Amino acid sequence: MKMKKLLPISVAVATIGLSSSNIFAAEKLNVICSASIDWCQLMVNEFEKETGVNVKMTRKSSGETFAQLRAEKRNPKVDVWWGGTGDPHLQAAEEGITYKYQSPNLNKLQKWASNQAEQSDFRTVGVYAGGLGIAYNHDILKKKGLPAPKGWEDLTNPAYKGEVQMANPNSSGTAYTALATIMQVFGEEKGFEYMKKLHKNINQYTKSGSAPVKSAARGENTIGIVFMHDAVKQAVKGFPITVVAPVEGTGYEVGSMSIVKGARNLDNAKKWYEFALRADTQTKAAQAKAFQVPSNLSATAPKEAPRLEDIKLIDYDFKTFGASDTRKRLLAKWDTDVKPIPR
Amino acid sequence: MQKVVLAWLTVGLLGFFALPWYAIEDGLWNFEWLIEGSLLDPDYASGALQFFVGDTIWLWPIALFLAAPLTVIKQRTDSARFYNTLIYSGGLGLLYVLIQGFLVGIAGWEYAIADSLFGELSVRQFGLGSGALLVLSALLFQFTNGLAAKGVMKGDIFVVGAIGFVIATVLAFVFFPVLGILSSAFQNDDGELQAALFLGKFFNANIWGLGCLSNGSCGVAINSLMLSIMAATISTLFGLAFALVAARSNLIAKKPIRALSMLPIITPPFVIGLALILLFGRSGAITQFLEFAFGIEPSRWLYGLPGILFAQVLAFTPITFMVLIGVVDGISPSMEEAAQTLRASRWRTFITVTLPLMRPGLAAAFLLAFIESMADFGNPLVLGGNFEVLSTQIFYAIVGAQNDQSKAAVLAIVLLIFTLAAFFIQRKWVGKKSYTTVTGKGDSGIHAELPKRVKYVSFGIVMPWTLFTIVIYTMVMFGGFVKTWGLDHSFTMQHYIEAFSITSGEHGLVWSGAAWNSFLTTLNISAISAPLTAAIGLLVAYLLVRQNFVGKQIFEFGTMLSFAIPGTVIGVSYVLAYNVPPIELTGTGVILVLCFIFRNMPVGVRGGIAAMSQLDKSLDEASLMLGANSFTTIRRVILPLLRPAIFSAITYGFVRAITSLSAVIFLVSADYDMATSYIIGRVENGDYGIAIAYSSVLIVVMLSVILLLQLLVGKRKLHRDNA
Repeated sequence: MKMKKLLPISVAVATIGLSSSNIFAAEKLNVICSASIDWCQLMVNEFEKETGVNVKMTRKSSGETFAQLRAEKRNPKVDVWWGGTGDPHLQAAEEGITYKYQSPNLNKLQKWASNQAEQSDFRTVGVYAGGLGIAYNHDILKKKGLPAPKGWEDLTNPAYKGEVQMANPNSSGTAYTALATIMQVFGEEKGFEYMKKLHKNINQYTKSGSAPVKSAARGENTIGIVFMHDAVKQAVKGFPITVVAPVEGTGYEVGSMSIVKGARNLDNAKKWYEFALRADTQTKAAQAKAFQVPSNLSATAPKEAPRLEDIKLIDYDFKTFGASDTRKRLLAKWDTDVKPIPR
Repeated sequence: MQKVVLAWLTVGLLGFFALPWYAIEDGLWNFEWLIEGSLLDPDYASGALQFFVGDTIWLWPIALFLAAPLTVIKQRTDSARFYNTLIYSGGLGLLYVLIQGFLVGIAGWEYAIADSLFGELSVRQFGLGSGALLVLSALLFQFTNGLAAKGVMKGDIFVVGAIGFVIATVLAFVFFPVLGILSSAFQNDDGELQAALFLGKFFNANIWGLGCLSNGSCGVAINSLMLSIMAATISTLFGLAFALVAARSNLIAKKPIRALSMLPIITPPFVIGLALILLFGRSGAITQFLEFAFGIEPSRWLYGLPGILFAQVLAFTPITFMVLIGVVDGISPSMEEAAQTLRASRWRTFITVTLPLMRPGLAAAFLLAFIESMADFGNPLVLGGNFEVLSTQIFYAIVGAQNDQSKAAVLAIVLLIFTLAAFFIQRKWVGKKSYTTVTGKGDSGIHAELPKRVKYVSFGIVMPWTLFTIVIYTMVMFGGFVKTWGLDHSFTMQHYIEAFSITSGEHGLVWSGAAWNSFLTTLNISAISAPLTAAIGLLVAYLLVRQNFVGKQIFEFGTMLSFAIPGTVIGVSYVLAYNVPPIELTGTGVILVLCFIFRNMPVGVRGGIAAMSQLDKSLDEASLMLGANSFTTIRRVILPLLRPAIFSAITYGFVRAITSLSAVIFLVSADYDMATSYIIGRVENGDYGIAIAYSSVLIVVMLSVILLLQLLVGKRKLHRDNA
């Protein structure tokens, strides 16, 4: 049988392949990165260059990472979790999965970043921020003769029926931020009235947070409620996308970083932590086409990045809206009161 | 018999005395301990030496269990003393090793109750290593040897051993993790058992609602069921059409068609969905053309049931084809000849003879497509729109903003109920009739021609479908060479360079492309898991078709279970189960290999059963009567006749290991990153160019491997005309 010949070959291949790694017993660090892969790679390369520590990086979305860290709670394999929207980082802190570490450099950070640390009892910290915005495909609007939206109120215009997309707040942190923002802008009762009106115009609640602008870029959709940096990314690529900050004021996310409790390479994890908070490190994000706002006061944002000082930001209450009780209540209400309404 | 017992005895003692008992942090294939450390280092010490270096006094009795068979080795093998010694030393030894493994974990006692009983324990245990692995296998096989000596399965040592092996592995790598996660359906947030909670979650309008009958939306379970029945029916019919054209017609283009039909199966997830959007989406090429030519208003019809169904039929037809081709090809012409001699028309022959003979194949194909559709994750994710199905709901229950593991478990149970129901209905339908057609008796070797209407309908399906597949794949290949797909279609090699560049540095070639790491790992892992998947799958099929034993139904059910569970659930359950001792596998390549083997094995089993039920038992009997044992019979008679099934199983194992996503997402680690998880990172980032370039390379690689395999495995020769 030919099978016989296959087996030794594959075993040989396996042996070579599996044993070729791990030859060096050098300094190690295991990182999970929840930002874009280019940015993750850039961070790893810069850190390795600077410290000589051998970084093993995996890229996973923040939801996947939180699920994994929870599953590995009793025997953690990851040292640092860098990037990704702040809520799961806060949840991880709430559940005690992450390590308490107070960086001496907290005073060099924007207020929203150090707030994140204080709220979580120093189990996480902000590394970047991004405002929520309304992104639209200006070509399609023009073709259909529709007005350009300027704020939340505009999106309920019946002319936009079937033209608006947002993610499902049950699955996406972006959309939950949007839901929480609406609640804070309009108050809870009026906020749900707003969500019901908006619902009439929504063509799909996508799973992933940035999907609405990606489909708008390719003309599959017209208007999306997304983070502004995700929209800028599409515009920079050349797609006909315009992004505006809602006139009524808007919420924002704080991309965060946490050290895992029980990290096997704690010293290197702390090195990474300080490295990631430094101004020069954060300034380099532009090279990876990341248009978020850096958390270090002296870091400079890329010129295409939306400037938070030009945006009317609400005083987003992370404490209330990040808590799992509020989250469960709002999502349950959205599930029963908004989602099932026929369009 | 004595020789086998002695051999396992040696293996067991070797494992206990000479190999590291605990898993080494850097993996099974790391042999650093041979050079650097010695067996006196607590990390590397063998089970026997652990007592001296690590205070683990409880390991020593294992030596007694291992050595016990020595006391009876001179006895007659059919004496009660011989087989009872084997059975008890093997069985109890196995139990002992497992119990100590679960009792003492990384931080002393695993259970609080042991603390109070025996006091606190300072010793910690890591995952079981290579030594323990050998010891466990030795104990298991002594146990089965004992059973064989006692006369179980007519004393066939190979068959008993095989059954024992399959049961042990399925228990360890399917039941253990899956039961762990499913039990969370019955737990509240604090981990307490509450049955009422489960009922409340289970009978929920979000799951079972029938709103879609009256202008609303249905529950996820109803949606999934509708989708899967439709997808399975259509793809089985299409697969049959393809199989008929490929096996029974003299079309010149049938070889290329056969190759083309393989394409969707070797396509990484998302790619078909993306291609469909670019063709039929609101701004898709065909939609735009229809608007331009006929003024049809572009709409989002693709997003929802039609889109998923479309993509799934495209993806699953090749699977049903692979199952059906072996069956259609294997039907011996003699029955059809008999029918025609009795003056049945071609149509009548087809309906009353050919089609019924294909029943096991049709049933297997339908079942596979049904389960695949239920567990499919990529297509609903891309094309789902507002149409929600179980698999995506489960994924977002685990990784989404809600993070509700018990909801995921409840949904997984619903999904499991559906797939198991399908499985039992399929069995009922196939029934106990005989479908044997390959008998070793002579026949003309030339199949009856197809009736005209069947032929035309088949061609009517195959031709447009083939054309459509070509269009889609041309688009995909094209997508890797343009700057920004859907926007700037100027030619560029940039994506390929970014992913697969090789530069020459000072120390020779540097694999500087971003994709190399995950690409090589993927090939490596797939190449290991594919032959193992096929081997275990066919072994199980052999046991199911050819052997009779108590609990066979449960055995069959157990081997099918892992396939019916969505990848997400498997992925998370593997992390939960194998992150802590005694089996500590997370972050290794082994966990990926195991996941692939046990997830893809059922296809090998189904294919093997379908093919094997065509082989007359008299063939084995002849071989057995001529003095061959069952192992030789398998090797010399059954395997050569099963070549198409072997080919399918290896191919499927290989391809699925490369293209699967939902389970893999949870199991990849920095050292073992897989292609699909890398690609999805790119897709999430909107880098369609590099994602598609990478996918194209994977497609080409898989195609070449399949062709190579086809050459290696070869064809079986049943008829004069085996076209």
